[in-house]
Amino acid sequence: MLVVVCVKQVPDTTQVQIDPVTNTLIREGVPFIVNPYDTHAVEEGLKLKDRFGCKVVALSMGPPNAEATLRKALAQGVDRAILLSDRVFGGADTLATSKVLAAAIERLGREEEVGAVICGKQTIDGDTAQVGPGIATRLHFSQLTLVDKVEGFDPAARKVRVRRKLEGRHEEVESPLPVLLTVVREANRPRYPTVNMRLESAEAKVELWDNAVLGLDVQSVGLKGSPTWVSRIFSPQRALGEILGDGVNDPEGAADALIEKMLEKDLLAI
Amino acid sequence: MTPPKKPRGKAALIPDRCIACGARCQSVCPVDAVQMNDQGEPIIDPSRCIGCVKCVKVCPAQALEMSFTPEELRILKELAAGAPAAAEAPEEDPEEAALKKRLAAYRGVWVFVEQTEGEAAKVSWELLGKGKELAAARNCPLCAVVMGQEVEELCRQAIGYGAEVVYLMDAPVLRHYRTEAYQRCLCDLVEKYRPEVILMGATGLGRDLAGVVATVLGTGLTADCTGLAIDDKGNLAQTRPAFGGNIMATIMCDKFRPQMSTVRPHVMPMPPFHPEAKGEIVREPVPFAEEEIRVKVLEILMDGGKSDVDIAGAEFIVSGGRGMMAKENFAMLKELADVLGGVVGASRSAVDAGWMPQDRQVGQTGKTVRPKVYIACGISGAIQHLVGMQDSDVVIAINRDPEAPIFQVASYGLVGDLFRIIPALTAKLKALKAARAGA
Repeated sequence: MLVVVCVKQVPDTTQVQIDPVTNTLIREGVPFIVNPYDTHAVEEGLKLKDRFGCKVVALSMGPPNAEATLRKALAQGVDRAILLSDRVFGGADTLATSKVLAAAIERLGREEEVGAVICGKQTIDGDTAQVGPGIATRLHFSQLTLVDKVEGFDPAARKVRVRRKLEGRHEEVESPLPVLLTVVREANRPRYPTVNMRLESAEAKVELWDNAVLGLDVQSVGLKGSPTWVSRIFSPQRALGEILGDGVNDPEGAADALIEKMLEKDLLAI
Repeated sequence: MTPPKKPRGKAALIPDRCIACGARCQSVCPVDAVQMNDQGEPIIDPSRCIGCVKCVKVCPAQALEMSFTPEELRILKELAAGAPAAAEAPEEDPEEAALKKRLAAYRGVWVFVEQTEGEAAKVSWELLGKGKELAAARNCPLCAVVMGQEVEELCRQAIGYGAEVVYLMDAPVLRHYRTEAYQRCLCDLVEKYRPEVILMGATGLGRDLAGVVATVLGTGLTADCTGLAIDDKGNLAQTRPAFGGNIMATIMCDKFRPQMSTVRPHVMPMPPFHPEAKGEIVREPVPFAEEEIRVKVLEILMDGGKSDVDIAGAEFIVSGGRGMMAKENFAMLKELADVLGGVVGASRSAVDAGWMPQDRQVGQTGKTVRPKVYIACGISGAIQHLVGMQDSDVVIAINRDPEAPIFQVASYGLVGDLFRIIPALTAKLKALKAARAGA
């Protein structure tokens, strides 16, 4: 049984800053990383490999340099890594992205049955959490999102039980295989690649599947297959507020000024 | 002599504007003139560029422009100085007309009312408030969709919050949310009634459902919106934080219907409740049985007990960031919050440092709050924090760095040492409270 894990290369958004003068994004020197949630998806797949001998395949759609992200998955221990890269895939929104990923998984399924697809709950650059559900829908797999515990994966009985983490509650649910899971950080602690694995992964082959392999209608992928488009990107302009008192030399006076202001604006409930 | 041909120019990248959006310019180029570098920025081959302007138009960051040689500029100037070109007659493009007709078949703004155990998520009512505005701008009805078991009461609440029509699907099979069951119901409704806009809360449930429904319908979906408006062409302009909250992006879905958005809780204001409001409840049959649904809910475990503090619903929030220096110093914030009748929040760096639990985190990866008063202490104001609190009624910033970005969203700022200002503030508020209690 195959387990497919989906990974994405993302800019480290915690290191992105805005140029205060031009109000534009400073991307210079911002490193690309593996989407942090996806490292948990890889780990969850590897746990199934350890316990049931499932073969784990890492998939990523992205530009040619996203190969680095797949090498990291190989270093963690996945058996096979496939990069879905083609110019016609570029500029895709979540609908067009799930189209390509689902087609690749379908193709893998012709070689060996896919029991589970595992994704991170969302990416840190897009933050949409939409690609996982898109893949599940296209493949007609059961969809279990926001999983924080995979409790009973049973390839023989063809079912899985998981715990989902929702607002203010958890849910225990059961589903027949095949399933698509999206996992949250609490699901596991990703293993650290050993030096050997890292060295091996540098040599390992990352397969490249372009649209000649997948054979999708070019109107249904990439920018052309995307119903949504970005019409504008901006940083909100903000006005400076009022500085009260001289907090550096007279903290007591500044505190007084603030209380006076809060009383004046009727902001106190005491 | 024939007049010189109007030069088309070549596309060129404006330095520092590209946001590496994912090679939109490359995929739209008809002549392969655009290559991407390792940073995801375009390199344009001028020998190939035909000046079609497609990449310039598609760039979301306005990072491309047409450049002209001095000779071309001279020709352009001459042409402009000559007789003004006859205004081109606006021609109705048949493709455009077909699109218009297709879109016109969809009408109405819908809000999906999310419920757990018969209790509605507050964000659903917030969306009815926003939905009312959008429906007014489109001159169309505002409708709600309620699904569950014995949930008719929620229909009346939805009407009280502004829905004119409520579609109700009520059956035991819908008692617990399950993707497959709810998706089939919602897609059936959409195909039958064809709304132009569907709004859902950007909650765990809302995002689980929205992604599936949009894929089945083959339409666009924008996640986690913080702003919604109808543009001058009647389309939904959906604004959301992007790049981890570092910038805002406005997303359109102008060629497909319905236009779907999930919307962040606590961003849209709660609408007033009118118990006397009248509306229509339309019961729809549920077209499947329990056996057809693959996933079974075994148990629901309510969290509760772990932390009874809900920062998202608080009126006063005193938040601490990296400038608090240590975990112990949060006691100082607790004291201030207590006297104000509020709760303590935290920035991501304070949570990452282990000073506060994750459920207190305000910002892009934490919670969005809109209290009456938000006091940011030792928080520099990274954009990912600002997107989580900038809708507070009043923001007060206490920070020793007068250049900190937090002052850009603060109504009032105190510049100085928070370890001196906060205790002074707390002591004075306590004295005031005591005086008022005594009075």
